[in-house]
Formats: sequence, C-alpha cells, structure tokens
Amino acid sequence: MSEIILNPKVQPQVPLEAQNVTPDMFAGKSIDEIKNIEIWFGNEQVSLSEFFDVEGESADNASEIKIIIDGDVDNTKRIGQGMTAGEIVIKGNTSMYVGSEMEGGKITVEGDAGPWAGRDMKGGELTIMGDAGDYIGSSYRGDWRGMSGGVLTVYGNAGNEIAEYMLGGKLVVKGNVRIMPGVHMNGGTLIIGGDVIARTGGEMKGGTIVVKGIIDEFLPGFEFLGVEKDIEIDGELLEGNYFKFKGDNATKGAGGIIYAATKGNAHIAP
Amino acid sequence: MQKIIKNGMIYDPLNNIDGEKMDICIDNGKIVDSVANDAEVIDASGKIVMAGGVDPHTHIAGAKVNVGRMYRPEDSKRDVMARGGGMRAGSGFSVPSTFMTGYRYAQMGYTTAMEAAMPPLLARHTHEEFHDMPIIDHAAFPLFGNNWFIMKYLKEGDLDKTAAYSAWLLRATKGYAIKIVNPAGTEAWAWGGNVHGINDPVPYFDVTGADIIKGLAEVNEMLGLPHAIHLHCNDLGHPGNYETTIASFDIPKNIVPKPKYGHRDKILYATHVQFHCYGGTNWRDFVSAAPKVADYVNKSDHIVIDIGQVTLDETTTMTADGPMEYDLHSLNGLKWANCDVEMETGSGVVPFIYAARAPVPASQWGVGMELFLEIKDPRKICLTTDSPNAGPFTRYPRVMAWLMSNKYRMNLIENELHKWAQTKTTVATLDREYSLYEIAQVTRATSAKVLGLSDTKGHLGVGADADIAVYDINPETQDLSAEYMAVEKAFSNAAYVLKDGEIVVLDGTMVKPDLYGRTYWINTKYKPEVEQEVLVDVEKWFRQYYSVNFENYPVQEDYIPRSVPLLGDSVPGEASGKEPAIEGASK
Amino acid sequence: MELVKNVVCPFCGTLCDDIVCKVENNEIVGTINACRIGHSKFVHTEGAMRWKKPMIRQGDEFVETTYDDAIEKAAHVLADAKRPLMYGWSCTDCDAQAVGVELAEETGAVIDNTASVCHGPSVLALQDVGYPICTFGEVKNRADVVVYWGCNPMHAHPRHLSRNVFSRGFFRERGRADRTLVVVDPRKSDSSKLADVHLQLDFDKDYELLDAIRTVVRGKDILYDEVAGIPREQIYEVAEVLKNAQFGILFFGMGITHSRGKHRNIDTAICLVQELNDYSKWTLIPMRGHYNVTGFNQVCTWESGYPYCVDFSTGEPRYNPGETGANDLLQNKEADAMMVIASDPGAHFPQNAIMRMAEIPVIAIEPHRTPTTEMADVIIPPAIVGMEAEGTAYRMEGVPIRMRKVVDSDLLTDKQILERIRDRVKELQASK
Repeated sequence: MSEIILNPKVQPQVPLEAQNVTPDMFAGKSIDEIKNIEIWFGNEQVSLSEFFDVEGESADNASEIKIIIDGDVDNTKRIGQGMTAGEIVIKGNTSMYVGSEMEGGKITVEGDAGPWAGRDMKGGELTIMGDAGDYIGSSYRGDWRGMSGGVLTVYGNAGNEIAEYMLGGKLVVKGNVRIMPGVHMNGGTLIIGGDVIARTGGEMKGGTIVVKGIIDEFLPGFEFLGVEKDIEIDGELLEGNYFKFKGDNATKGAGGIIYAATKGNAHIAP
Repeated sequence: MQKIIKNGMIYDPLNNIDGEKMDICIDNGKIVDSVANDAEVIDASGKIVMAGGVDPHTHIAGAKVNVGRMYRPEDSKRDVMARGGGMRAGSGFSVPSTFMTGYRYAQMGYTTAMEAAMPPLLARHTHEEFHDMPIIDHAAFPLFGNNWFIMKYLKEGDLDKTAAYSAWLLRATKGYAIKIVNPAGTEAWAWGGNVHGINDPVPYFDVTGADIIKGLAEVNEMLGLPHAIHLHCNDLGHPGNYETTIASFDIPKNIVPKPKYGHRDKILYATHVQFHCYGGTNWRDFVSAAPKVADYVNKSDHIVIDIGQVTLDETTTMTADGPMEYDLHSLNGLKWANCDVEMETGSGVVPFIYAARAPVPASQWGVGMELFLEIKDPRKICLTTDSPNAGPFTRYPRVMAWLMSNKYRMNLIENELHKWAQTKTTVATLDREYSLYEIAQVTRATSAKVLGLSDTKGHLGVGADADIAVYDINPETQDLSAEYMAVEKAFSNAAYVLKDGEIVVLDGTMVKPDLYGRTYWINTKYKPEVEQEVLVDVEKWFRQYYSVNFENYPVQEDYIPRSVPLLGDSVPGEASGKEPAIEGASK
Repeated sequence: MELVKNVVCPFCGTLCDDIVCKVENNEIVGTINACRIGHSKFVHTEGAMRWKKPMIRQGDEFVETTYDDAIEKAAHVLADAKRPLMYGWSCTDCDAQAVGVELAEETGAVIDNTASVCHGPSVLALQDVGYPICTFGEVKNRADVVVYWGCNPMHAHPRHLSRNVFSRGFFRERGRADRTLVVVDPRKSDSSKLADVHLQLDFDKDYELLDAIRTVVRGKDILYDEVAGIPREQIYEVAEVLKNAQFGILFFGMGITHSRGKHRNIDTAICLVQELNDYSKWTLIPMRGHYNVTGFNQVCTWESGYPYCVDFSTGEPRYNPGETGANDLLQNKEADAMMVIASDPGAHFPQNAIMRMAEIPVIAIEPHRTPTTEMADVIIPPAIVGMEAEGTAYRMEGVPIRMRKVVDSDLLTDKQILERIRDRVKELQASK
C-alpha cells in the first residue's frame, strides 16, 4: 500500500471542503499533482498544498492508496466523501460529512467527527474512535433512502437522529446517544452500547435497534413482545436479557424491532 | 440584425415542407421573404431545421410546481448547475428551478411552453415564476372544472353567465385557456371523496363531469378562444378508465369550433391520454386499452390529444387532480403534498419511481407508445410527458428517438422492461417509425395550431416569429433508426436555437441566457350586461366566502412585463398599443 | 382625510387584505379592520425610531452618510468576504428577495431567512413526509374541527381566529357554533380559553402525544396509561373527534416547531393529518409569523431549488440546514461578513451567534433602530413595503397578494438598494 501523508498547516476559521481528498481522486496522480488538487476555502478554490504539506508515494489504483492526515482537521469537511476503495486515517478530529456517500474502502478517524459522518453510506468501513455528531448514518434532506450498506462504528458518544431513514448496513455506537436514534428507520441494524434519552425508533417501519444501556423515555406506539435472552443480531450473539418491542405502530406497516436491555429499563416495559 | 439560415433541410409540416433544402431569412425577429447580402449567415449544411418547439402541456410555474421543488431537495440535488456564462444557478432533475427550466427548454430547441394548470387564486404566483423563466414564450391555463361559479351557473343552465364569468376569470388571472381537471372530482375531494366517471354528480353542486365538459366546451366557442377546452379526464390512472375517456371525448363532438383568433379546427384537447387508456378492473387483470382509444381518435375529427409518455425515471407527479394524488400516495407510500384552493380547485404532489423493471411502469411506457404508433395522423398528436408527471421535459429527445427507432424500442423492451410491456400492451408488435416530418408535426405543428398560435408559432413561413431550431442530424447520411443515440443527443443539444431572431443556443450551450419571452393571455369580455350581473354574484361570494378581497384578486399588469393579450380590442403583439419589448429584453 | 381601502397588512402571516388606512398629509393616522398589532405597525405607535439617512460606523458612533457611500461600503464588504451570510428577508417583498438571491449567487454567499428560527423545522418535516394544506377559505367554508397546536393566535395572529373559526362559511352557516375547536398547549392561553377541548400536555412531549394519537387512530393500543400527561381515555376521545370530522384543519405554531425534537414533531403531525384522510378530510397550515416569510421560501425555491439555508459558495446551490443556516454559520464562526435585511437577529439570535456578529462586518438594511442596527457597520434605511412601497407577499398558506403603497417616501426601496449593491458587486468582481 502506498502511503500519502497530508500534514495539516493551520485550519482556517472559514472552513475547507475536501471532497477531493479520497484515494479515488489521488489515484494515478504524482505527489506534485496531488498538491495541486483543488479544495474549497469558503467561496474560493485553493490548492491542497495551501493548507496541507503533502508527501509520500502515490499509486495507480485507489485500492493501493492509504491517505494519512497527520493531525486535527476539525474545520475541514467532506473528507473521504464518495470514496470507493483504499484507506484514509485521520489522526485527529474532523468536521462534517466524513465518509458520506462512501461506497467502499476504509476510513478511521482517531479523534471526533462532526455531523453527517457516513451519510448515505453504501459500503466500506467508517470508524470513529472519539465522539460523533448528529445524523451519522442518515439520509440527505428529503430522501427516504438513507445509509444502505457498510459498517459505521463510533467508539464514543453520538448525537441526535443517528441512522435516520437507515435502509441497510450496520451502525454501532459504543457510547451514549441523544434523541431519535433510528428515526424513520426502514432496515439495517443499529446497536447502541450506552444510553438513549428518548424516542428510540420513532416512526420506524423496519430494521433492528439494540440498546444495551438505559432508555430514559420510550414511545407509546410500540407493542411489547416480551423478554428474550441472548439475542443474535447479524450473526453476533449479544448476551443478557432484552425487552423486545415491535413498532412504531404510529406508522402504517410498522415492522421495526427494538431490543432494550432489561437491566435499568424496567420503567419502559408496561 | 438580419440573418439567413442557409442550406438546412427544412421540416415544416404547417407549410407542407418535408426536408427540402431551403434558406430561412430573418429580419427584426420575424421570418421574412428575403434579406440583404450582408445578413449574418448561419450555415445549416448537413443539418435539419425546424420551428422552435411548442410544448402545449407542461408544469413549470406556480404553486404546486414550487411545492414539488421545495419538498424534494433530494431531487434538486440530482441535477445542479452553477452560475456562470451569464446564466443563473439552479437545481432540480424532475422539477428544475425557473432559470434552469428556460435554459433547458431552449437547449432542446423549444421556445414556447404552456403551464397547464393555474389555480386562479394563486395565479399571481405562476406569473411571478414566468418572470424568472428566460427564453420561452408562455401562457398558463386557469382551472375551471371544479370552480363554484362555473358549477352554479351550469346547474342553473345559464351558459351566458358561465361564459361571462369565464371571460372575467381569464382576464383576472391573465390566463389563456379553459382547463378542466377531473371535473366534479376535485370539488368532491374537498370532502375527501372523488367522483367516478362522467355521470357521478358532485356533492352539493349536483352537476356531473359530463355537464361541466359540455358546458365549458360550448362556452369556449361562445368566447371564440384560440385554444380548445383542455381536458384532463376523470378516473386518471384507474384500470378500466378508458370507457370514461372515450365517453368524455364524445361529449363535445357536435360543437363547432369558432376561434376568433388562430386556426384551430378541433373542439377538444385531451391531455396525457396515456394515463386514461387502461382496461381491466384492477392492476392484476389490467390490460392496455390504447388500441381502443387510438381507434376512437382515428375515427374522429374533433379531437387532439397529447400523450404523457412515461420516460422510466424517478420523477415528481403533480396535478390539480387532488384525489388521484392521495390515491397514489396510498399506493406508493411516498410523501404527499396537497393544496385545496377555496371555491376553485385543488392539487396534489407525490414523487413516483417509474422503474423499468416494475410491471406497471413498463406497461404505461407501452401504452404511451401504442398511442403514438397506432394513431395514424400525427396532426392529432402532441408529444408530451405531462412534465414532470410521466417524466421530465428534458427527456423529450429520448421520446423522439424512441419514436424514430424500432430498434431502440425493442432493445428496451427485450432487455430492460418488465414483461408486462409485452403481455399487457401491443407495443412490441408495432414497428412504425416516425419520420422527421412527423416529429416536427407532434412537437411543433400540431401544438401551435391547436393552441391557436400557428400564425406566429410552430412553422417557418413568412410572418412567423423567428423561433428556430437547427439540429445536427443529417437524414441524407445517417440511418436515424440505427443511430438513435446520436438522434437523442442532437435533439438534446441543438446546434442553433434562435428566439425572436436572436441566437440563444449555440452547440447546445446557452449564449444569450438573459432573453425573456412573452406572456399570452386572453383579454375578452362576453356580453357586458351579463358580466355586470355576474360580477354582482362574484362580489357577494367574495365578501362571504373568499379569503381575499375582490379588489385584491385580479393579477395586476405589473406582473406581465411582456404582455400579449389576445382577443378583445387588442391585436396580438400590440399590448397597450406597442410591440411587446422582446428584443434583447433582459430584465 | 383620505381613506385608502383594501390595504394589505405588513405584519403577520395572516396577511389581512381588508385594511382601510386613514391618511392625512402623507401620513397614516388611523386604520379600520386592522388588529392592534397591525394598527400600531401602520401608525408607528411603538415609539420606534426610524432611520432617515444611511449611517456608517466610525468608532463607537454612527455618522450620517449618503446612499452611494453606504452602498459602496456594503458592496466591498460582501465582495471581499469568503463566507458571507445574507439573512432576514421576511419583512420585504418578493422582488427584493429575488434580487437578494441573485446577490447571494454573485458573492458566493449563504442566504437564509427567518424561517430558520421559526418554521424551518416545518420545512424540514414537509421535505421528509409531505405537505397537505389548503387555503384559508376552505377552513372558513368547510372546517368543522379546528386544531391549534403550539400556538396562541389570539396574541400572535390576532385576526386568525375571527377569519377562520368564528366567521360563517358556505357550509358552516353558524360559524363558530358549527365547529369543534381543539387547542393543544402546555399553557393556558387566551386561545385555549376559547377551545372546546384543551389538551394541556407536558412540555416537550408533543412527539410522544402525536405518536400515541397516531397509534390509536390506526386502531392499535398504546403502551402506557398516560402519555405526555394526557390519560389514555382522553387520547382515545380526541382520536375519535379527529376521525369523525367532515373537514379537519391543523394549525401549528412555534410551540411545537421548537419544542424537543423540532422538525420531528411536525413530521409526525403531518403524518397524522395524512393518515386521517383515510377516515375523513384533513389538511394543515403552519402559522407563519412574518408577513412574507413564506414569500422568501417561495422565491428562493423557484430560483435555486431550495427554500432557505442556500449555500452558493461553490457557485452551485447547496442546501443543508444544520450546516448552511444563519445560526450554524455564526455559531460555528464560519461567516466572515453578514448582511441583515428585514429582520432583527440582534434581538432574537442566541448569544453565541451574536458574539460572532460582533466580530464580523455587519450591514443592516433596516428601517428602524433595532438591536441589529446597534451592532452594524453600515445601516441602509429603506422605504417600508406595504406602506411606502408596493410588492408581492405570500400569505402563510401560499396565497400571493399585492402589497399596496399607501404613502410616499423619499427613501429607496429594499429592491432598489439591493440592485445597487448587486450592480456594484458585479463591477468589483469583474475587476478582481
């Protein structure tokens, strides 16, 4: 694998948009050509090298390229957007839309990521070691077809409306989330290791949500199906006892499933 | 500036010119006999020349169109253009923004387009959008078919009052034609219902679709309007609806056309007939009834139809047929918008995915093609997609290529379409191919004539507006049936487009994007003494039942900067005594 | 004294068009038909100070200047910025708004209107699930069940009830007596006092209550005996009232667009209205605030494809509220210049946004002295649309009405000011 290292210089207050920072865009280009790849700085286009030192070795195929962003890029949006192959490692925090619309390859964010990480994700792996913002693994505004494939993993906490309109793939948050995880979910799997404030699976019609922590408030439109022990989700065995619900019966044709750990959640069972 | 288009092959059905090499001379925005030697030369050697396209039925401006844009950001994102080259930015695949709409029509060589449904109360909105829509000449058809005054007067059997009110409403809304959508059905939808067929009376007003069609067809000729009544039949999209369709077509057949302007010789314009040609009783035993409807049209002389060809895209449906949209939403579960408009009409909007692999869309594609291919006389047909309902207008070039190439159709039928296209329709058995002359007929000539605009539109004779499209298609050297992709591309990106004598498109690129077109509307009165009586009723109902004041209702002249009123005291092109400011009319 | 009739009120989204203005010596001295708020807007009784001349900040004070100078300065600020923000737009006419969209394109700016702090959530919701509405006259003529959810029209839209609920309509000859009025509000209000049913739900529990009502409407049982503080029995009763309507209408306001979950409350409310159409006829109307907030969303949509929060930085329109809204840009410190027109973010935005406004150049096109003009670098006063200038406005449910000019003014209109800024910006861009 050829490594290309992008060393961030100063991050400006007006944000950068780096949808061109993908193995697909870098493939077949020399390091000098990569330096001249254009990124957006507000309403102006500038060369990548204006905000990044670029070194390393490129390759002809995206799948042979690993881009290492060696530091915080917390005001740079859209890194890895739409990538199909190869790898990106961000050794710090990053801003909105990392890995959105990605179809393949692998992105690792060692710090935190902003909202809409993995939006409309179709394939590949997106891993965020820190926290993530709202709407990760969601759809675009107005679209009823959201994340459809791939695996998005967050080791820290995430925000509101994650997995919104999710259709397929797997989204795992090890920490806590805020409200409305899996809102309008139609398929796929959402596993939350920590707690949820409220409205898990609001208006969901399909897919599966597992909450291992505590759900503060639960929606009235679900049907209680009883307690299950040691559930199997996507071939993975999750040990322990879970309340099982089906819903959200507020919607037509509701067939979503929510498992909530029995421990600490007695208040949401009827 | 004088211009001459040299050596092109001319397709001009209204003047019976079928591919002859001729020069077209242009002076002061008009086609003329001859020009001076120093006229600018446009070399059309090896290319075809047609009049600018005239779209008689499209949804491009107004309240429901804008809802279609507003509530579908996911559609807007599919097709986005940046500002540049004098062009404004824009977005929208199935419902482009206004500037983009003008540019995209022009790039295809279309220079006139008619907004087919304008709620009278919201007419100002339609005109505001026209104001931001470059290049194309345009008009809008106000909705009459569920209007309380129309239903009341028809129930009373008072055609004089119906006519007087209709004339007033056309003036008040700056509208162009009498549009009828699901007559009686949209009013029923205001209570959550619908009517079934043409003989089902509307709640309270107690008139039927048939009464409304007949009454308004008579009124149309009492007023002598340039266009025929423009009818969207009852029961749209329902299996078995073809009987309603044929019965509706039959209602006005004995009325005689009497246009006071233009050369229309038909009494009825029926729109998006593809959606109205279904046999069977449900979607399981559904079968195409297009051959039956085509047969009716072949035997009739009083009717022109447009097709509403399905283009197999994800698109946005929008219509004043409110109950139909609710049914569609119930069927596909996608987001439903609706706007019931007091005393007048309603509307609905729902996204729709015409997937080639799905049985119903594949059949609908076949039904549209059957109509195109089985109706013998193209003078009875207009090419439309009921844009964006069956597909966006930007797909017209593809429809033209389908019509010109059996090979293109069979590739689609055999490799992409669900087998229902073959089992439920006869499309695979039809090998007719349209000639360029027939394409010109269904995209310009038929529409211009039935709209009543064929003095200046839809042909290349002397006196016509110099709205001209030159396409890089050479029937002498190309096998158009085999090279269907090249045909589609050439119709998508005209080599030259002239609007009022100005070159606005060159090689598919906008070169003069800041030209703005005319608004046609009907400025007529019917028996002033009857109108006086009618206005007493109107003002009373405004005070009691409308939510705006009578005085704030009519669309002010300010909204029509390039106004072309027809009929009345005015002569076309001489609004308020002067030639409408078209030439180089940037805003 | 002259009486000017059929005047359109430039206050709230109800856009009453039956106002009579009494005019003496080119001054509006009284009104007929207007509500108290509309009246005071017409006759300026709020004690508002009106800017009569353009002003430019010099140090801590404002110095009077000419339109030319103020426009020159504004054009430079916008042309030099990398991420300019143009915000407001809801108290001016559509022609001015259209010039604003063009100016935003020209400067690669983000353009946003006050919807993003009022009914923006409604827009996001309608984009997800739909928008079944009707015009006011339908309500007056047909509605037998009227729901106001999260709004207090008696105070915010004073003539809304009298025009839509109390008035007699074609099929509702007795007016109010023919209608069931339901108010959903955690508080007792002057509107809830008029209701037949007041659902006094717990704060921030709109989504939960709607989830329960939708579930019951669909014939399913709910998990809990009480939802949002409302007992199960009452939820069942309300569901019956809604299902048995002949023509139902839901009006909703900021009490629900800005309680917890924001657009998702509206989303599920819209779905409720849609599903009620399986049983009866239902539509809804958002209680839009500023008189032409709706108009901006219309203009911006037909010109760009998106209703608000439009980012032209790359030349193409892009849209994602949460990233491209005025508050997003200010609070994330992305905006490096701001033009405010026909609104007062200085009074209404959160502290973090105001702090950014204080750091960047601010141009205010604004007739009155406001908290926003206090922080501005350039103040350009316009004639007031609907009183001193004509133009189009869209009523809350989308009915366009021509605003009338009642008195004369020497000031430029918003549109004229924006056109001059646009033309100057074009010159500056061309010379770059």
